Amino acid sequence: MPELIVTKNMDVPGLDTLEVYQQHDGYQGLKKALNEYQPDELVEMVKKSGLRGRGGAGFPTGMKWGFLAKNDKPRYLCCNSDESEPGTCKDRMMMEKNPHQLVEGVAICCYACRINTAFIFVRGELPYAARQVERAVEEAYAAGYLGENILGSGYSLDVIVHRGAGAYICGEESALMEALEGRRGYPRLKPPFPAAVGVYGGPTVINNCETLSTLPAILRNGADWYASVGTEKSKGTRVFCLSGQVKKPGLYELPINTSFRTLIYEHGGGILHDRQIKAFVPGGSSAPLLAPDKLDVTMDYESVAAAGSMAGAGAIIVISDETCIVSAVLRMTEFYRDESCGKCTPCREGTYWLTEILHRLEHGGGKQKDLDLLLDVCDNIAGKSFCPLGDAATSSIVSGIKLFREEFAEHVRQGACPMHGSRPRIEAR
Amino acid sequence: MISEQAKERMRALASRYPVARSAMLPALHIAQGEEGYITQAGLEAVAEVLNLTTDDVKSVATFYTMYYHRPHGQKVVGVCTGIACYLRGCDDLVEHLEQRLGIKRGETTPDGNFTLECVECIASCSTAPAMQVNGEFVENVTLKLADDLIDELSREMAAKKLEPRTEIHR
Repeated sequence: MPELIVTKNMDVPGLDTLEVYQQHDGYQGLKKALNEYQPDELVEMVKKSGLRGRGGAGFPTGMKWGFLAKNDKPRYLCCNSDESEPGTCKDRMMMEKNPHQLVEGVAICCYACRINTAFIFVRGELPYAARQVERAVEEAYAAGYLGENILGSGYSLDVIVHRGAGAYICGEESALMEALEGRRGYPRLKPPFPAAVGVYGGPTVINNCETLSTLPAILRNGADWYASVGTEKSKGTRVFCLSGQVKKPGLYELPINTSFRTLIYEHGGGILHDRQIKAFVPGGSSAPLLAPDKLDVTMDYESVAAAGSMAGAGAIIVISDETCIVSAVLRMTEFYRDESCGKCTPCREGTYWLTEILHRLEHGGGKQKDLDLLLDVCDNIAGKSFCPLGDAATSSIVSGIKLFREEFAEHVRQGACPMHGSRPRIEAR
Repeated sequence: MISEQAKERMRALASRYPVARSAMLPALHIAQGEEGYITQAGLEAVAEVLNLTTDDVKSVATFYTMYYHRPHGQKVVGVCTGIACYLRGCDDLVEHLEQRLGIKRGETTPDGNFTLECVECIASCSTAPAMQVNGEFVENVTLKLADDLIDELSREMAAKKLEPRTEIHR
């Protein structure tokens, strides 16, 4: 059984307290970093570990740290705990159950990047998680793991927990910075990238909660240890979020090159009501749908890309054959319409029209031209919107029509949903 | 009315951040906690503390979904209608609650007890269908669980004197 890394000890009672956390190697990683390594050596270590961002983009973490501009401006870390990608619920669990692991990871990252002020941006809809992190930060200050001259090292770090106020777009790194600076969450033009010009104009690292939570273990056990699991380019384990029409939805930390089939059938118990799988979302709803022929693909970044989608945030949402694919695509598209920030025309107008067309396909009045019209609108958004939210909005539609064109076409022919509005039912349990 | 205590908390936040304006979102949460929603007084308090115009503050307050701009019920029931919850029957749950409470989504019961909302993904996908009551999670929801919860909350509200305000999402 492969070793758990980020979710190790997750069920130990009191792990969210400093006392118990310290009984389980807590802050040993930070101590090692401060005592045994120079900051640049740590950047090299993280590069060597092969750790990639677990928020969705999968950018190599060490490389990102290395991009920080070398100037006199104050540097910042933003921990991105704005977890809002449909299907994703892992960062919440990590903050609620093991907030000290995140705090320790934040401190390691900041020491490595010569950063003295860090923000932990927690989405507003997770008040318990935010309180847990705030309490862990307070305990860490009291114990001398944060603040001035940490453990006598001469290094100082200030950590501020900042709560969002409801906006998926604020998970996008530049919109996150806007929210942090007290403005509407509109993404910024890039370049310049945060590593060059970020929070208050200073060089900034933005890392996902799970990415940072992985650092203590890498420090304790070494880069080679972490890199011994996974593929050549995708290393380590990650916490997969399994949801939708499976018997055992849940959070499963597994080697990153586990297959979809293993996750869905071995860990997830197979399809709900013993139905057949129709499609699955491999990386959060922004990732194109995949059909059952891709079940044996492994969930590392390269393999999922080669299969025509994205490993993304590691959120696998399963759709069974008891669900109408058009209704599922409509629901996913409504999310992007609701969350579009409104800054750019293709996304603001396009997501609205996509839901209008999908709605009439599903509920009556779908026209012959609607499939091509959907693809045309998608083409006017993808690659032409100000930020990736627009692209994300088109993923399920383009892939849905590609994989299930007949099902979409039947909606046109019948003038309504052939499954006669048989929506997924709530369980009695 | 925004209390002096609330304004003090806002001022403390403004000096906590490297740049005062960063206190905008938390200050708005405090203002909302005082009156239940973002009032003109709330906007003015935040504007005064951050040395901004109320228009500027309002432009931020109207962007984010967690800030309310009119009164709501004592218990805000937010049912997630994201894709994972949809696949586990959240539409049944919403309909059921509409019938049970006698209101449509987005509305508040006439007795001021409940507001029913449909919300986008709240990061509870593997315990779907899920909802929040005043920011607290209720997971793996069944119709029976929902009914029992409404019963319990109704009893709770009937039993105690109405508090002036409950700070939501604290």
